[in-house]
Amino acid sequence: MNALSRFFKSLFLLELLKGLRLTGRYLLDRKVTIIYPEEKTPQSPRFRGLHAQRRYPNGEERCIACKLCEAICPAMAITIEAGPREDDGSRRTTRYEIDLTKCIFCGFCEESCPVDAIVETRVFEYFGEKRSDLVKSKQDLLAVGEQHEAQIAADRAQDAPYR
Amino acid sequence: MSFEQFVFYVFAAAMLGSALMVITLRNPVHAALSLVLTFFSGAALWLLLEAEFLAITLVLVYVGAVMVLFLFVVMMLDINLAKMQEGFVKLLPLGVLLALLVVGMMVYVVGPGNFGLERFADPAPHGADYSNTRELGRILYTVYVYPFEIAAAILLVAIIAAISLALRKRPMTKHQDPDLQIAVRKEDRLRIVEMEAETRPAKEGKGEG
Amino acid sequence: MLDALLTLLIVLLKIVALLVPLMVAVAYLTFAERKIIGFIQVRRGPLHVGPRGWLQPIADAVKLIFKEIVIPAGANRFLFLLAPLLAMGPSIAAWAVVPLGENLYVTDIDASLLYVLALTSLSVYGIIIAGWSSNSKYAFLGALRSAAQVVSYEIAMGFALVGVLLAAGSLNLREIVLAQQGSLLHWFWIPLLPLFVVYFIAGLAETNRAPFDLAEGESEIVAGFHVEYSGMSFGVFFLAEYANMILISMLTSLMFLGGWLSPFQGIPLLESLFGWVPGIVWLLLKTSFFLLLFLWVRATFPRYRYDQLMRLGWKILIPITIAWLLVVGAAVAGGLGPWFD
Repeated sequence: MNALSRFFKSLFLLELLKGLRLTGRYLLDRKVTIIYPEEKTPQSPRFRGLHAQRRYPNGEERCIACKLCEAICPAMAITIEAGPREDDGSRRTTRYEIDLTKCIFCGFCEESCPVDAIVETRVFEYFGEKRSDLVKSKQDLLAVGEQHEAQIAADRAQDAPYR
Repeated sequence: MSFEQFVFYVFAAAMLGSALMVITLRNPVHAALSLVLTFFSGAALWLLLEAEFLAITLVLVYVGAVMVLFLFVVMMLDINLAKMQEGFVKLLPLGVLLALLVVGMMVYVVGPGNFGLERFADPAPHGADYSNTRELGRILYTVYVYPFEIAAAILLVAIIAAISLALRKRPMTKHQDPDLQIAVRKEDRLRIVEMEAETRPAKEGKGEG
Repeated sequence: MLDALLTLLIVLLKIVALLVPLMVAVAYLTFAERKIIGFIQVRRGPLHVGPRGWLQPIADAVKLIFKEIVIPAGANRFLFLLAPLLAMGPSIAAWAVVPLGENLYVTDIDASLLYVLALTSLSVYGIIIAGWSSNSKYAFLGALRSAAQVVSYEIAMGFALVGVLLAAGSLNLREIVLAQQGSLLHWFWIPLLPLFVVYFIAGLAETNRAPFDLAEGESEIVAGFHVEYSGMSFGVFFLAEYANMILISMLTSLMFLGGWLSPFQGIPLLESLFGWVPGIVWLLLKTSFFLLLFLWVRATFPRYRYDQLMRLGWKILIPITIAWLLVVGAAVAGGLGPWFD
């Protein structure tokens, strides 16, 4: 009896029709794909994208060359050289580089920074035409920070109660 | 020269040329493909004789099936051509003799004495409603019904014999049986166990973590 | 002489009038395929080239045309370039006898059903020769698979056609359609239902479409017989495959779904209401239905394993067709109405 019913089941292609019905339902289903360049998914204020160096409102750079970010970086993507600044002798970085080809965007540098100097912005659509374009120097990072300061400050403020 | 003659000579030349290539080309795959071309030209010649059923069947059976299997085998051969051509000079006299013998026999049988133009009148061209298929079917199932059915039975026997000769069950081979695989149901493979929900034993002192 | 030239010109015009829409249909079938499979996978398919992606197939064609045709070093040059043409030739030549309406055809030969069967069986040569001449393992494996597959499924296909031949009493496609005249219930899909299903399944296998695309098998043998092809030489294989799909779909609707006959025939009110619709519209609608089924099946079922494929062809489809041929023979001899009286 069981074999017989199985025989008829396969003879009348019942399981195949079941499969076709399932895919047929999806054919008419509402499509939820985001059409990327025109539509974008919402981002969290904690989004970890391209790095930036920030400045204080008076224009002084925040970074004090404590090298905590360099020490914690699990991918060893950050290279820092420090020295006294020429005009006032304060401790600053003479070289601050992030190798984005190594970076895993874990956000530890941001967490470790005592002065909120290194941050990760919401920018994720960047590119380099050659490999060296993806090693960001201090000037590059400061420029990113200047460009997105409003957004960065707003995101920090929104996240502040949970820190 | 009428159009019909022109077509005839084109296909006859193609047929002879490709038939020649079947036996002269070194590469067996090329030879097999030439044989395909030969069959094609033959089918075209049959079409000229208003035998469209036979012509299409020739293409369907010989080109579409037999030669595909032929190619299937020939493509997988790894023939050492140099070795095959050894002893060509030694066997040449015998080969020429045999070839002459076959040519003589063929000329004797299908030569002008038996199949010449004076023996057979030009077949009268048929009207548009003439169906070669219908005529062939009629003749095959009335006049030639016994030879036809006997040939079919012989072929069936040949198929069964060939299969039973080639089919051997080797107990050591591990192969899958799709019938059994398809017949498998969830219940055969999967056992769902029902269990009472366990209660966590109460810990003394500090909580976990 | 002038007469002959005129005839030649008319035939050429007919061929152009058939081939141009066919090529456009092939181009937009690829678009439909990407859209429909996208929809089934809850995606949207191509959207960006032209309004709503409608120019995508043209962009694809332009891209393929401007790509270089690479000929592998160890390949057999002549056969390598001949293979795409051998794949394309039969799939276009078969269209010569396909009637699009009662008086709408390029040629009307007596044994057109047989002719179509013969030509569809030839398309395997393109694949075999492509596989062999590429001098590549994967291509060769694809060629071997497809040779065995096509020869096996041709038998089931042929038997299904014998059923149609028995039912219609003619090998001529036009007469086969005319034999189904009457109403929706007079069409051959009811008395020949198993053959109908078998024919469609064998058609999937003959065109090397999923789930029978072992010759291509992109997950096992990369792309099978056309791994080594690039640019337009690949494009020609692509065209041939889709032209074959359309051919099989149209043949299925001609032989089993009454071709250009209106589905409302014999229903008093609806027949006159839809009387103005030309027959070719019905034929194209039926053909599109089968094309949709081709794509739907591709998006639904996983590829067959080789031994399963052979089992299905030899141990299931062929016995079913032979058994049903006996039934059809008895029905025809007994004059079972409304089909065979």
